[in-house]
Amino acid sequence: MRIEHKAMAGTLESSDVMVTVEPAEQGIQLSITSPVIRQFGRAIKQTALETMERLGVIDAKVTIVDQGALDCTLKARLESAVYRSVGITENIPWGRDNV
Amino acid sequence: MISTDRKNRLRRSMMFLSAQRPNLIRDSYLFAPDSLIFDLEDAVAENQKDSARFSLYHAIKNIDYHGVERLVRINALDTPHWQEDIRVSVAAGIDGIRIAKCESAQDVHTVETAVAAAEEEFGRPIGSVLLMAALESPLAVLNALEISKASPRMFGIALSGGDFRRCMRTTGKGGGVDMFTARGLMVLSARAAGVQCFDTVYTDLDDLEGFEKETQLIKHMGFDGKSIVNPRQIKIVHKVFAPSQEEIQEAERVMIAIRENAEKGIGIFQMDGKMLDIAFMEGAERTIALAKASGLYKGDL
Repeated sequence: MRIEHKAMAGTLESSDVMVTVEPAEQGIQLSITSPVIRQFGRAIKQTALETMERLGVIDAKVTIVDQGALDCTLKARLESAVYRSVGITENIPWGRDNV
Repeated sequence: MISTDRKNRLRRSMMFLSAQRPNLIRDSYLFAPDSLIFDLEDAVAENQKDSARFSLYHAIKNIDYHGVERLVRINALDTPHWQEDIRVSVAAGIDGIRIAKCESAQDVHTVETAVAAAEEEFGRPIGSVLLMAALESPLAVLNALEISKASPRMFGIALSGGDFRRCMRTTGKGGGVDMFTARGLMVLSARAAGVQCFDTVYTDLDDLEGFEKETQLIKHMGFDGKSIVNPRQIKIVHKVFAPSQEEIQEAERVMIAIRENAEKGIGIFQMDGKMLDIAFMEGAERTIALAKASGLYKGDL
């Protein structure tokens, strides 16, 4: 998928994570802030990169403001932001490669 | 075919949680309600419906809810959301769907068709996803029987008091008298159709005494359980629905006596001066099941 517009998902509430995706030119540019960055920074990065790959997103600026979210919440917010950026809210291919 | 056990499982407390809130999704099962209802409807703002579905999908796929039933309240059939709500629910592997604002058997059929299509699309066994209906208007309550009987997937009907009271132009300050007819009609219809019946939420979270009183009322009316909006209400519901020690002992003796007599070929007999036959078995079994769920029975039955 090609990121067309800036889009956001998630909140700054505890246990949530706010994800912003924006169009970019060269690859995935990742920015992560988290209160648990020392412990989970690498895991957050890995989930973000894997999710972008799964969704077929090659170029994007991805900003992650984590508030201690579970991995499944991070995946949900990443996917939600990407699908919002391309304007798709229905007929999501649940459970296939791109979710 | 849906197993009777899945349809008839114990549902004293059915707790709503917003499918969009990560902390609730993570922690709610720890309070041990019988069922969790992931809400895609009123608890989710209109511009977050899409995001809530992703949240729901990954929660159900990744979090172990330790045997707590996982239901989803989908958006009403007059919204643009309900079809995608059904797709994500079925794809994620939830146990059942609560139909919001169900008005007729036709509404159940409409949902059933979409659920079957989703089961096919996502490779789930056809007929495996259960349905329940929330009755929120006078018309819905008057159609309770046809709704209860509308599908073999149906396991229950629930009163939704907020919308019902709005339609009836009442406030709830009369101690529940405004809902008496609706509750009575619903529990009668549910029993006639062989499905369960659940009472509405109690929204004054600080009035635990009033909550307990209402729970006792609906238990005596024959309801199977109550919708819950706060974990603090769970223990109270379970306490009210827990059988007494005398009831448990009586149920145990009845079950054993019916079994022993049946082995001897005796169908009807006397115990403590009362006539007993197989018709008493179901009630006794239910008492023992409730006692087990309440942690009050450790016997062999």
